Amino acid sequence: MNPSILIKQKWQRASFGPEQWQALAKAVLTPMIGLVLFIGVWHIGAKQVDTSLGQFPGPAEVHEQWQNLRTEHISENEREAAFYERQEQRNAKKLEQNPSAEVRWRDFNRRPTFFDQIVTSLITVMTGFFLATMIAIPLGIFIGLSNTVYRALNPIIQIFKPVSPLAWLPLVTMVVSAVYVSEDPVLAKSFITSVVTVTLCCLWPTMINTAVGVASINQDLQNVSRVLRLGWLTHIKTIVLPSSIPMMFTGLRLSLGIAWMVLIAAEMLAQNPGLGKFVWDEFQNGSSNSLGRICVAVLMIGFIGFLLDRALLFIQSWVNWDKTAVVR
Amino acid sequence: MSNTHLELSQVGISFPTPKGPFCALNNVDLRIREGEFVSLIGHSGCGKSTVLNIVAGLYQATTGGVVLNGREVNEPGPERAVVFQNHSLLPWLTAYQNVELAVKRVFGRKKTRTEMREWIEHNLELVQMSHAMHKKPDEISGGMKQRVGIARALAMEPQVLLMDEPFGALDALTRAHLQDSLMDIQAELGNTVIMITHDVDEAVLLSDRIVMMTNGPEATIGEILDIDLPRPRDRLALADDTHYNQYRSSVLRFLYEKQKKVEPLTARRSAPPKAKSTNHNAA
Repeated sequence: MNPSILIKQKWQRASFGPEQWQALAKAVLTPMIGLVLFIGVWHIGAKQVDTSLGQFPGPAEVHEQWQNLRTEHISENEREAAFYERQEQRNAKKLEQNPSAEVRWRDFNRRPTFFDQIVTSLITVMTGFFLATMIAIPLGIFIGLSNTVYRALNPIIQIFKPVSPLAWLPLVTMVVSAVYVSEDPVLAKSFITSVVTVTLCCLWPTMINTAVGVASINQDLQNVSRVLRLGWLTHIKTIVLPSSIPMMFTGLRLSLGIAWMVLIAAEMLAQNPGLGKFVWDEFQNGSSNSLGRICVAVLMIGFIGFLLDRALLFIQSWVNWDKTAVVR
Repeated sequence: MSNTHLELSQVGISFPTPKGPFCALNNVDLRIREGEFVSLIGHSGCGKSTVLNIVAGLYQATTGGVVLNGREVNEPGPERAVVFQNHSLLPWLTAYQNVELAVKRVFGRKKTRTEMREWIEHNLELVQMSHAMHKKPDEISGGMKQRVGIARALAMEPQVLLMDEPFGALDALTRAHLQDSLMDIQAELGNTVIMITHDVDEAVLLSDRIVMMTNGPEATIGEILDIDLPRPRDRLALADDTHYNQYRSSVLRFLYEKQKKVEPLTARRSAPPKAKSTNHNAA
């Protein structure tokens, strides 16, 4: 072929033709239209609803509350910094006057802001999810490998899987109060209650999916393992785990989604600090700003849930042996 | 026979089905000498693979048994390496690592790290795969995967090499190439080989003996044909050889006259697709 034609083709491929514009419109414009429509419907709809706490917040009010929450966080940070500075100065002065004087260092009694609550919630959900994973993956592998174990545990799994966190919570609360007794607890009881509830509710998807993944390992690969007489541990490491990773991660993503949903409810009822408690406190508070602040929390909860799912997807594509696999 | 290496005596197997036990194999008797190359040929579903799986220890014979070097076979083991029809490489390991898994298992205590590495590389070289050692199965062609599968089996230094239609899924050119490599390797190492095949030419070209199986159920050995052709064998020279053609036609006669399939075509288990799923660019 004529080289000049080749060059022209290459150039055309790199340029931004009408097709590329169309692709861009599809990728960016369509979601934007959806978003704008949603905000419009929200704006108009919110005006129609009058509650005892005033009009239902529209996008503008929610944005305002978002700004308020940010300012509160910043000013709390400043208050904390100022407190420690004052304390430092006071103690330095005391020591200057009398080097042997006893100085007291106090911790700042911080009022948890919205962003502090987010961090607390994330720590709680991760602890619960981590515990659940530690239990669910080994147990799932066990169930997948042995039909006997599967038959023994299946009824139990099927019964406990659909139980709502709200049903677990009273039981967990009582058990934690009874079992976790200490003079100076390192972890608050409400934290443990929330974590255990999250764990109980998000165990199942990971366990079931891991079991299915393990049970459906290619028979030929199992024959390879038998011919090589691979040891139990090597068999798990080289055959079982790599082939069940996709199913395992499907389970993990479902579990993390459930964990995050359950956590909000658990925090509300267990009065454990976090986003759930934030929502509950705002609701009890009943100021004219409350609904707007709750709306901010709702959007934030959704956004964090989305980020958590993306994070797991990222880990999956990092752990998975098949780098060409499309994960979504 | 004094130099019997592997003996199958009165081997039979039946599988439980809802309608009662289904007897797939009955009364299979076979004695194989050390270094012998034996092919099993027969129609689809006649139990060739079942025989191989019993020798491999993946299936347990219901009656009779298999004895290798005076010891009964009742579980799988690396001294009876299997080359699977669809290569069965672990897709998450490279060619080198796939062979390494087997070598570590078999020679883990006997060889040092460097010796193992040399041995793995030597075996991959034997099947001419040194250039793509560190590629994963997805990145190489069907013929190359099968070669790695053979290298993995050879690297175990098996007493018997069991091959289940090793070239069945490959295109004709790749198959011919791998058959030649297999003949070279067998001449060099002198392994005892049992190979299942559908291909009459392949059976005559490679084997010392061809075991022809009758149709199931209750399949058994119909005839055994000794192939008395000098080695090394050359496929081009043999094409016009009268003995070769006689052997070939007697196998064909067995398959298409004596053991003609009488069932309607639809009732037959369909044969594995030949060279359909594999690449055209296979080496």
